[in-house]
Amino acid sequence: MGHPETKKQTLYDKLWEDHLVKSRDDGTALIYIDRHLIHEVTSPQAFEGLRLAGRKPWRTDSVVATPDHNVPSDAAERAGGIAGIRDEVSRIQVQTLDENCNEFGIVEFGINDPGQGIVHVIGPETGVTLPGMTVVCGDSHTSTHGALGALAHGIGTSEVEHVMATQCLIQKKMKNMLVRVDGELGPGVTAKDVVLAIIGKIGTAGGTGYAIEFGGSAIRSLSMEGRMTICNMAIEGGARAGMVAVDDITLEYVKGKPYAPKGEQWDKAVENWSRLHSDDGAHFDEVVVLKAEEIEPQVSWGTSPEMVAPISAQVPDPAAESDATKKSGIERALEYMGLKAGQKITDINLDRVFIGSCTNSRIEDLRAAAAVAKGHKKADSVKQVLVVPGSQSVKAQAEKEGLDKVFVEAGFEWREPSCSMCLAMNADKLGAGEHCASTSNRNFEGRQGYGGRTHLVSPSMAAAAAIAGHFVDVRDTQNAGGAK
Amino acid sequence: MKAFTQHNGVAAPMDRANVDTDLIIPKQFLKSIKRTGFGPNLFDELRYLDEGQPGQDCSNRPVNPDFPLNHPRYQGASVLLARKNFGCGSSREHAPWALDDHGFRAIIAPSFADIFFNNCFKNGLLPIVLEDEIVEQLFQEMYAEEGYELTVDLEAQVVIKPNGETHAFEVDTFRKHCLLNGLDDIGLTLEDADDIRAYEAKRREQAPWLFDAVK
Repeated sequence: MGHPETKKQTLYDKLWEDHLVKSRDDGTALIYIDRHLIHEVTSPQAFEGLRLAGRKPWRTDSVVATPDHNVPSDAAERAGGIAGIRDEVSRIQVQTLDENCNEFGIVEFGINDPGQGIVHVIGPETGVTLPGMTVVCGDSHTSTHGALGALAHGIGTSEVEHVMATQCLIQKKMKNMLVRVDGELGPGVTAKDVVLAIIGKIGTAGGTGYAIEFGGSAIRSLSMEGRMTICNMAIEGGARAGMVAVDDITLEYVKGKPYAPKGEQWDKAVENWSRLHSDDGAHFDEVVVLKAEEIEPQVSWGTSPEMVAPISAQVPDPAAESDATKKSGIERALEYMGLKAGQKITDINLDRVFIGSCTNSRIEDLRAAAAVAKGHKKADSVKQVLVVPGSQSVKAQAEKEGLDKVFVEAGFEWREPSCSMCLAMNADKLGAGEHCASTSNRNFEGRQGYGGRTHLVSPSMAAAAAIAGHFVDVRDTQNAGGAK
Repeated sequence: MKAFTQHNGVAAPMDRANVDTDLIIPKQFLKSIKRTGFGPNLFDELRYLDEGQPGQDCSNRPVNPDFPLNHPRYQGASVLLARKNFGCGSSREHAPWALDDHGFRAIIAPSFADIFFNNCFKNGLLPIVLEDEIVEQLFQEMYAEEGYELTVDLEAQVVIKPNGETHAFEVDTFRKHCLLNGLDDIGLTLEDADDIRAYEAKRREQAPWLFDAVK
């Protein structure tokens, strides 16, 4: 797009410059938004705001909606569509999305539409989100789409209204951070383990004020699904946006997607996207380096995603922490989680297991979990193992491959696409005091249910824990070879 | 949006680091399609001893006597003292809505999470970043003196202590302007509609595939 060859820019610098409508004297800028995704939870007040001000959406064709947070994962309840949602408050919210999309002329993949799914899963898989785009959604895990080489981040509801009314966001440019993972990941070590290890290293506020680019050979060799898992959790490290440069893996993934450009347009797009990487020598304000070989499968033990440990480790001892705030944080977390300092991670018993969420509900995640589960049964002590595909399309593909049967034979429950127990807005939740091995993104107090205790892990680690009844190193289990 | 110029009020503590927006307002209350009414459920899991439900009358629920915001001395508090990385996690704007609805006008902390920080400004709620040591000092003084009040002067960009001592804080020019005048930033952005249209036309030419309708 006519940039001088001499200017060395990061990927974020390029995406920012490409979308800059106007710089203002006060240091803010108007940034153009290419794609606006909406769901039922954070949009109703924005539509109401538009109505009250008598405003119309600037460009309805840039907006795509789907209900995901409140929709039931139970097949029988789901079969009834919106009218079948038992929780009245949830039903009204899903119904409201439907009505708002109809009133304002916005495309919606409705509750049982073949295009429905978790908003961050359906975007990339349909080509609704593409490289080089700015993508926003009233949802902090919008960072997921950065895996495509896009500038994607979560916004609040006032900003949802602002983007609908103006197609722009008022922004200040963030700083640049590079997180480089060099080397090659060991067998059984996945993208989820990498991102948990990154958050463990930089802390939950380490990325505040930054856009993070994930690079290095270990990231480059990940599939698009793996890159999405990494970018998804950028926000758990404090960064609104995470991204990965465009390469052949990106192009191969995007090509042929229903809403991806075709024919001549495809060639033009590829030419445009080929510059979506950081230039050699581009300046990063912060660089963090991890060695892939040192990363083990990870398990979170506390109530913040930074409270994470390798499977071979123990729950930390607050007495060993010198920082007073951190020490009290560890003490509070151990009390909430019902864990003892020095307890082995492998001695944590599980009551429930959740495989799903915008972090880990893509086909590759389900394949990894199924590879571990195949031929085994869940432990009797585990009350429930939920497997919740991220979209109707993922569900159909998994069923085509027979993964649903593998899960059911192992005593796992095969559910309908939804956010489900990641945040327990539908009926899927933990009971007070229950420990859950979860492939989701947040282990905050009460996140998966009042008093519930969440441990964040990869899909293969979750499946292995479901079978053993406690955490185990998936690399030691018989089927670990299949759990890439 | 309501304007924020100067505010004086009792300070109350949220004395832990990394307070996430799930803790500020738990998910079951996000099912509301309104912007108001979240105040009784602010910090719901810490404030009450039972599990809260949307639409419930909170006046008869068992309150947690150990939670500071339930103590008589902090009733009517409107300035929240907090620790680092306040408001991390979910982008839910219900968090500032709940704080506002409960009566808070300003939050003072050593650092805030980005999305929450941004959301506050859209709702007339002022997040103020002060040095770690200063925040610590304010906590100590507040604990030592019942009815400890702070004054926040946005125009002058200072927090004023009861003894008259002041601490300056930074705030973006644009945000300050909007808050002081209670301006709706959609209206301001639409003043640049011609620039947006010009950019859009250029973008449509360079990357037409971005404008193909999704059906």
